[in-house]
Amino acid sequence: MSTVTSYLKSLTLWELLKGMRLTGRYLIDRKITVQYPEEKTPQSPRFRGLHALRRYPNGEERCIACKLCEAVCPALAITIESEPRDDGTRRTTRYDIDLSKCIFCGFCEESCPVDSIVETRHFEYHGEKRGDLLMTKDKLLANGDRFEAQIAADRAAEARYR
Amino acid sequence: MNIVGFLETQLGAFLPQPVVLTTLIVLKILCIVLPLMGAVAYLTFAERKIIGYIQVRIGPNRVGPRGWLQPIADALKLLTKEVIIPTGANRFLFLLAPILALGPALAAWAVIPFGAEMVLADINAGLLYILALTSLGVYGIIVAGWASNSKYAFLGAMRSAAQIVSYEIAMGFALVGVLIAAGSLNLGDIIEAQRGGLSIFSWFWVPLFPLFVIYFISGVAETNRAPFDVSEGESEIVAGFHVEYAGMAFALFFLAEYANMILVSGLSAVLFLGGWLSPIPGIPDGIHWLLAKIGFFLFLFLWFRATFPRYRYDQIMRLGWKVFLPITIVWIVVVAAMVVWKLPPWFAGA
Repeated sequence: MSTVTSYLKSLTLWELLKGMRLTGRYLIDRKITVQYPEEKTPQSPRFRGLHALRRYPNGEERCIACKLCEAVCPALAITIESEPRDDGTRRTTRYDIDLSKCIFCGFCEESCPVDSIVETRHFEYHGEKRGDLLMTKDKLLANGDRFEAQIAADRAAEARYR
Repeated sequence: MNIVGFLETQLGAFLPQPVVLTTLIVLKILCIVLPLMGAVAYLTFAERKIIGYIQVRIGPNRVGPRGWLQPIADALKLLTKEVIIPTGANRFLFLLAPILALGPALAAWAVIPFGAEMVLADINAGLLYILALTSLGVYGIIVAGWASNSKYAFLGAMRSAAQIVSYEIAMGFALVGVLIAAGSLNLGDIIEAQRGGLSIFSWFWVPLFPLFVIYFISGVAETNRAPFDVSEGESEIVAGFHVEYAGMAFALFFLAEYANMILVSGLSAVLFLGGWLSPIPGIPDGIHWLLAKIGFFLFLFLWFRATFPRYRYDQIMRLGWKVFLPITIVWIVVVAAMVVWKLPPWFAGA
């Protein structure tokens, strides 16, 4: 571009006006804000939220204390202790997930041979005192009972990709 | 005005003359300052909404219906917060600075004519008074930056001082053009001089177009608004001159900045867009036209802020000294020639 035209362009504020035209168009454009508590964005069945331990339909807990999740956990957030139960099966006596360490990568869920530890779609939770975010076995099983319907539906929907 | 005359006779019946006069002037001042404060509050709301819309968001909408109580909530928050004075600061100057910033921004409104007879002080040196008072505003910023005893505040104050002094000159020359065209320093007379048969095309923005553009851009620079907000420069020097301010002291700076924006918009409307003159021949003149024109300029302020990134400091200086100054000087000569040769349609009767 010759010097004269570039000089004229800057003198007439041409590029500034072009910029203002662009922002002016966005001023009257449709707004994309999602008003969170009232409106929510769609969620994938693969969403990785709060953890849960599942049970079989007969009420027996799925976890067999293989400790694969503990081994795979990159954040070292899972702690498991196990003992043989009276009927001879191996079960966990302690299954803790420290949510303040957890990075929600989903490896625990991937590694589980019995689909016991899962991540639910639930993500609106909080802790009010120290220890609230340390999920114990009882809390995890309670989560599993609470969200079982959705967990099962999501696993079924995803089954063909696994 | 009828109401003023009515009040004067009613109060004059049982009060001495000087008291009546003082009361009336105080009442008039309140009639200007209180709506101005409201306008500042809702200008901040408009700013957040408009910039939100330009960024494809919807802006504040939670406090009150559609967010309309947001500025009230903001004001209450600032009122109840503590005014922190840094240990190393100069206490007296630190507290004086926000007042120095706000005072001139409010005082300048005394000479702005809102209608044919609606002006607080109808003085003949109105424009000179405005030039003097708007120049004083920079002291608030310099004093704030110095008294804070903080490097960021000091840097902000230095930048602001140099910038405002530079743009004051271009702004002053733009005003000289208006003076030559109108032949008066009285703002009311300047508006009357813009009356003509062509409605909006007889206003000064047509013959003085370069000066009009330069005046408004200089006004944006004078008020330290984006893209000339290097004195705040939040990404480089935190918040510039008001880093150390909190609570009401900060709120005063905020008020001053927005009051100055409204003032510059008002002056642009009065000097170049015919103030309270009506753009449509059939519809009568009045304060509503002035308010509409001020609103237009304020919208431009917000539009600029949402569009342009901050100028580099040397570019600001280049624009002020090497672009605006020569253009204004050349155009003053052109205006003088137009006035001398009585160029129709603007200067035929001058």
